[in-house]
Amino acid sequence: MATGTDPGIPAVSVVDLRVIRGGTVVLPDLSLTVDRGEVVGLLGPSGSGKTTLMRSIVGVQQVDAGTLTVLGSPAGDHDVRARVGYVTQSASVYNDLTVIENLQYFGALHAAPSSEIDRAIDAVDLGEFAGRVVGSLSGGQRGRVSLAAALVGRPDLLVLDEPTVGLDPVLRRDLWATFRSLAGEGVTLIVSSHVMDEADECDSIILLRDGKMIARDTPQGLRDSTGAADLEDAFLRLIEREGDLT
Amino acid sequence: MSARATLATAQRVLRQLLRDRRTVGLIVVVPSLLLVILNFAFDSQPATFDRIAPTMVGLIPFITMFIVTSIAMLRERTSGTLERLMSMSVAKLDLMAGYAIAFGAAAAAEVVVAAVVVFGVLDTPADHSVIAIVAVGVLSAVLGMVMGLFVSAFATTEFQAVQFMPAFVLPQLLICGLFVDRSRMADWLEGIAWAMPLTYVYDALDRLTSPGSLGGLFWLDLGVIVGAALVSLSLGAVTLRRRTP
Repeated sequence: MATGTDPGIPAVSVVDLRVIRGGTVVLPDLSLTVDRGEVVGLLGPSGSGKTTLMRSIVGVQQVDAGTLTVLGSPAGDHDVRARVGYVTQSASVYNDLTVIENLQYFGALHAAPSSEIDRAIDAVDLGEFAGRVVGSLSGGQRGRVSLAAALVGRPDLLVLDEPTVGLDPVLRRDLWATFRSLAGEGVTLIVSSHVMDEADECDSIILLRDGKMIARDTPQGLRDSTGAADLEDAFLRLIEREGDLT
Repeated sequence: MSARATLATAQRVLRQLLRDRRTVGLIVVVPSLLLVILNFAFDSQPATFDRIAPTMVGLIPFITMFIVTSIAMLRERTSGTLERLMSMSVAKLDLMAGYAIAFGAAAAAEVVVAAVVVFGVLDTPADHSVIAIVAVGVLSAVLGMVMGLFVSAFATTEFQAVQFMPAFVLPQLLICGLFVDRSRMADWLEGIAWAMPLTYVYDALDRLTSPGSLGGLFWLDLGVIVGAALVSLSLGAVTLRRRTP
C-alpha cells in the first residue's frame, strides 16, 4: 500500500499554518485535519481565507510558516501533486479547445486511460457538449468542464473552490450527488461555499472567519451546540459568540 | 521529463493555434508578403534586396514567435490554466518543450513559405544552402519563443505584452547589423550589439548569404544562439512558479 492510501493517515493535516498575502495576514495560525473519504465543507464569508487555505493544501500558495501534510507527504511534493485535483473558482480550461480536447490534454498529463475521459464527462453530465468548443458554453458548463479536467486524473483528494456558484438548483443537487459518489469511492473532498444550505450535504464543516477556524463540526452538531434551527442561523450565532469573546 | 507530457502539450498548443485560422494565415502569409513588397521597394537596387532578403527570411520568425509566445503564455497565466498545470505533477521543462515543438513547427511553415517566395519566386541567389537558411530561421524562431516566454512574466495585460515587441525586439533588430554595419556605429552601441542574441542570428544568416566558405565563426554564431536560448529557457523556467504569493 502506497504512502497515504492507508485510511489511518489523514488526507490533510495542517499545523500552525501562517500565510501573508500582499502584506495582509490572511491565515494567522491555522491547524486542522481532514480524514480520508470525508466530504468537508469550507464555509465562511468572502475574504475569510478559504481560497488561500485551499491553495496552500494543493501546493500553489507561498506559505510563511507551518506544516501541511497531504496524503502522508508534504503538500506540493511531486507525488502528491499527481494525486490531488484542484478546481479553481473560475474555470481554468482552454476556451479555444473542445470539451474532449481539454480532457484529452489533462488526461494525457495524468497518464490516464481514455476510458477516464468518458467517465469524467459522464460524471459532470456534459456528454452532449463533448464536441463543443468550451468558449461557446455557458459559465456553469465551463465550470463543469473544469471539474471534469480534475476528475480525469482520478485524484484521491479533490479540492473544489465554490464549484456550485451560478448553477441552478437541479444541477447543484446533481453535482452534490457526484461528490457523494466520489466520496463513496474513497475520495476525500474539500468543498468551499458561501451558500449555507449546501453545508448540510457535507460530513463536516469548517467555518472560517478572518483566517481563524471558529467551528469544526458536523452539520447536526453545529445545530445542537448553537441551538439554532438551521445552519444559517447557527453560523450567525457562532459569529456573534465570537464577537463577544473579542 | 516525460515524452508523453511534452507531446501532449505540443499537440494541445498546435490545436489551439490551428483553430485560430486567421492567426495561422497571418503567420504564414505576412512575412512573404512583406518580402514581396520589399522586392518592389528595391526595384532599382536589386543588389541590396539580394543582400537583405535572405537574412530577413531568418529574422522575421524571431519577431513573430516572440509576439505569439508572449501572448500565449500571458493567456495561460490569466486563464488560470497555468496555475492548474503548476498544481499538477507535470514538469516545467515538459511544458516549455511542448511549446517549443508546437511553435517551432509553426515557425518552420512560416520560414519554408518565405524561403520558397524569396529563392523560388523572386529568384534571389543564395551562396550557401537554402536549407541551412531555413534551419537558422527555425532556430531564431525558437530563440524568439523562449525570450517571449521569459518576458511574458513581466506583462500583466495583453497591451503590455504587445509593447514588449518594440521594447525588446526592435532595438536588437536596429543594431544587429542589418540596417547599419556594426563597425560604423558608436563604439558603445557596437558593444551593446555584441551582447544581443539577435546579432548572432544576423551574423549566421549573413555568412550563409555571402560568398566564400562559412568558417568556424558560423558555428560559433550557432553556439551563441543555442546558448542564449538555453539561458532564456532557464530564466523562463524561473518565472513559471509552482507557488505564488
